Amino acid sequence: MSWIRRHLLTVAAMATLTILLVPNLVVAIYSFNKPDGRFNYELKRFSLDAWLHPCGTPGICDSLGLSLRIGLTASVVATFLGTMIAFALGRHRFRGRATTNLLIFMPMATPEVVMGSSLLALFLNIGLSTGKLAILIAHIMFCLSFVVVAVKARVASLDPRLEEAAADLGSRPVSTFVRVTLPLVAPGIAAGALLAFSLSFDDYIITNFNASPNSVTFPMYVWGASQRGTPVQINVIGTVMFLVSVAFVLGAQLVAARRAKRA
Amino acid sequence: MAEAVAESALPTRSPGTPARPRRRRANWVPYALLAPGLLWLIVFFVAPMVTTLSTSLQQGNVDDGYVLTGNVAVYWEALQAYWPQLLRSLVYAGIATLLSLALGYPLAYFIASRKGRAKNFLLVLVIAPFFTSFLIRTMAWQSILSGEGGLLEKLLGWLHLGFLFDWFGNVLEFLHLSPNGQILGSPWAVVWGLTYNFLPFMILPLYTSLDRLDGRLLEAAGDLYATPRETFRYVTWPLSLPGVVSGTLLTFIPAAGDYINSRLLGNTNTVMIGQVIDSQFLRVLDYPLAAALSFILLILILGMVTAYVRKAGTEELV
Repeated sequence: MSWIRRHLLTVAAMATLTILLVPNLVVAIYSFNKPDGRFNYELKRFSLDAWLHPCGTPGICDSLGLSLRIGLTASVVATFLGTMIAFALGRHRFRGRATTNLLIFMPMATPEVVMGSSLLALFLNIGLSTGKLAILIAHIMFCLSFVVVAVKARVASLDPRLEEAAADLGSRPVSTFVRVTLPLVAPGIAAGALLAFSLSFDDYIITNFNASPNSVTFPMYVWGASQRGTPVQINVIGTVMFLVSVAFVLGAQLVAARRAKRA
Repeated sequence: MAEAVAESALPTRSPGTPARPRRRRANWVPYALLAPGLLWLIVFFVAPMVTTLSTSLQQGNVDDGYVLTGNVAVYWEALQAYWPQLLRSLVYAGIATLLSLALGYPLAYFIASRKGRAKNFLLVLVIAPFFTSFLIRTMAWQSILSGEGGLLEKLLGWLHLGFLFDWFGNVLEFLHLSPNGQILGSPWAVVWGLTYNFLPFMILPLYTSLDRLDGRLLEAAGDLYATPRETFRYVTWPLSLPGVVSGTLLTFIPAAGDYINSRLLGNTNTVMIGQVIDSQFLRVLDYPLAAALSFILLILILGMVTAYVRKAGTEELV
């Protein structure tokens, strides 16, 4: 009986994992396709064209570059601001704590379409034109809360005795922070930054409200393509992104494992 | 790394106030740390909300400008005109949330019960799809689900199971869930897209709370002659509730406002409220109506979230 139960769980788990991964497999398969028309729906002939010319469609690599730049900038700024808030919440008692928590929680509980349209309403009112700056401002705003949550969990689980020990051993506050606190919180900060980058890089709805014709991000390019005709290059870039992120995360784990072994 | 992402992805555990306040520091320190970030949120989150509220109460048109007239009637008009889309969004999001809970729980449990490398690898597989644009992945479902020459149909045909595809289509048609027996374009394709897209948001918080579960509690339940089902009912499930709560919230909220799935996988009968807001704002240019709809959606979601959290008994969310 327990044998069946255990395997039922395994089967259910593997089924869900399959569902999660099947679209990526499909994206990869279609990246080797040579479709007849403008849409890449039906498998016709095998071809390496798209892989050999990933920038072969006008605008695709420009939009990818823009998304990478916005994603990097937004995640750096959001991580910086969010980490400071996380330290304040995790380390200090102060008046207005509940309000702060509410302010952090609200953007996560607000649908993207509401945030995007509201920001557009604000920008229209104050006369700021939409475009790259507006997108960047919006991305920093919605990434911030996620960074706070990621880092706060780590700050709160920190053992205060480690810092007290450093202080007892004569370490100054600044060097305690840099050499003890920061390395301990680093995984949380890294996770927050990674989360912020992926949220920013993948955002379509909020970006769409605040974009102008000369600020086409990659998701906006993909959306446009889904209406006009989908170049196979989209699948190539999607597949590369998947492989790079798997390699990156596995590599980071390998480094962490090796470091743990040494310690 | 994956572990850290999963650990932090979500507001499962609330650290609340620090367990032990460190030595007294100058009182301005927390405020100095908070100021830049909170200022950003006030200017670019709170202020836009206030602007939206004010926009919804204005009257006028794009050419002559708008005047604040306190026209509350717009809310009534918005509700009257778009309640089907509003209701549909909440229902689709609700079904998608339940489906992802049913699909996500076994996987989260499975991952939490693995050890070391296998666990990390599985977590990477859950997170990795995130990094391929969700639009691209949703378009992949388009080609899987489309009836003529779609991948699912081809695969089933190749396995000599083609009748399954037709049979499912007939069932949908019989239940009036799809007019022509096609999966793509039916409400089910939209719900499926929502389920798929927000599944990782369900799995990660579930994993975090299941991973914290003390294995000795399960042994104790076994020692006390609890059947596996009783152990799950009285030990595992209650202890995983924080994960269930944040998982369902993180799935439901974005799903209710989403309109990408209904645009790519649905048809004109599956229009969700986000799509209405988008087109009123960007194409029809009826700003007051769009703002009123935004506000209605926000209030509805906040109301449901508050009621749900109260009922589930999780006090602090962040």
